[in-house]
Amino acid sequence: MIIYGTALLALCHLLGIFLGDLLGQALGVKTNVGGVGIAMLLLITARIYMHRKGILPKLTELGVEYWGAMYIPVVVAMAAQQDMVSALRGGPVALLSALAAVAVCAVVISLINRAERPASGALAEPVRNDNPLLNETE
Amino acid sequence: MTAMREIRERAALQNGLVSAFMVVGLIVLLSGQISRRLTFGRVHGSAIAIVIGLVLAYWGGTRTGGHRGLADMSLFGGIGLMGGAMLRDFAIVATAFEVQVTEARQAGLIGVVSLLLGTLLPFVVGAAIAWSFGYSDAVSMTTIGAGAVTYIVGPVTGAAIGASPDVMALSIATGLVKAILVMVGTPMAARFLRLKTPRSAMVFGGLAGTVSGVSAGLAATDRKLVPYGALVATFHTGLGCLLGPSVLFFAVKAVVG
Repeated sequence: MIIYGTALLALCHLLGIFLGDLLGQALGVKTNVGGVGIAMLLLITARIYMHRKGILPKLTELGVEYWGAMYIPVVVAMAAQQDMVSALRGGPVALLSALAAVAVCAVVISLINRAERPASGALAEPVRNDNPLLNETE
Repeated sequence: MTAMREIRERAALQNGLVSAFMVVGLIVLLSGQISRRLTFGRVHGSAIAIVIGLVLAYWGGTRTGGHRGLADMSLFGGIGLMGGAMLRDFAIVATAFEVQVTEARQAGLIGVVSLLLGTLLPFVVGAAIAWSFGYSDAVSMTTIGAGAVTYIVGPVTGAAIGASPDVMALSIATGLVKAILVMVGTPMAARFLRLKTPRSAMVFGGLAGTVSGVSAGLAATDRKLVPYGALVATFHTGLGCLLGPSVLFFAVKAVVG
């Protein structure tokens, strides 16, 4: 049933956020530390485990994949609620430090990625994506 | 006529999330058409959709004077739920289902390195520019530098070390500008950044920081790379909040006294 997939996703999400909060508490930080990342790792693990056990039917997968496919629309809604006015009102200090920070990081990203050995053999194939609900975005 | 309008508005108000689905669907439809007809597919439809979202956010912000863009207009309140942290994180986690484990594992170490660089470099740059504009005390420099990491790290750090409200506002603004620059700039700079492989997306996620910037930037560049970048980027804010008020603050204090 499709709800099993969505419930699995919800379980991983909540568990990840919970563990991220615990980690934040343990480190003495007032925020969540990597909760979403932990949730992603949990979901990856759950997928591999259930796949191996043969308890991951297509419909269950679709319950997760639907939300993966909703990702871009959700991001558009996120963009529509950014505090653009405050951002533009920050003046030269905000503008310059953000611009310079982004520029420095872009150069470093470019340097690191240029050092990546061009597709070591088997990896030459393009990135695969087996979410069936995404084919149209190509 | 007014009665019709009232009924229509009430229907939208009472069905916020559903209205948001419709509005976002229209934006995506429109941007797909613009992408195909005006740019002949050269500019990704999702990149245009995100820019339209940002423009609407500006419009909403000027109309209401609030801080949540379009979501502050009662008619579009559902946008706040649809694009809020809960559903955003839910959708990000869902993309993990598409991760090829071997590729992610190979890039694990470089991901951690770029995560550290992605906290340190923006911080140093932000603090230095704050200093050059006359914010030369350790607290202000640290707060503005932390804002250059992400717009959450800024105020969290500022609150922890007792920054003044105007410096806090500046710090948040810095983080917001950064997020918007990453959202809009990533698809344009994708070639320069060599943003093609899962590994490169993880490097990007660590160095570009800000979940919102990375998630929107990658969505607008290549949807397949999203989970790899997001996996690393989601640790960004936590790491920044950990280092900002502690190690980084002490380092700044040691330098400027």
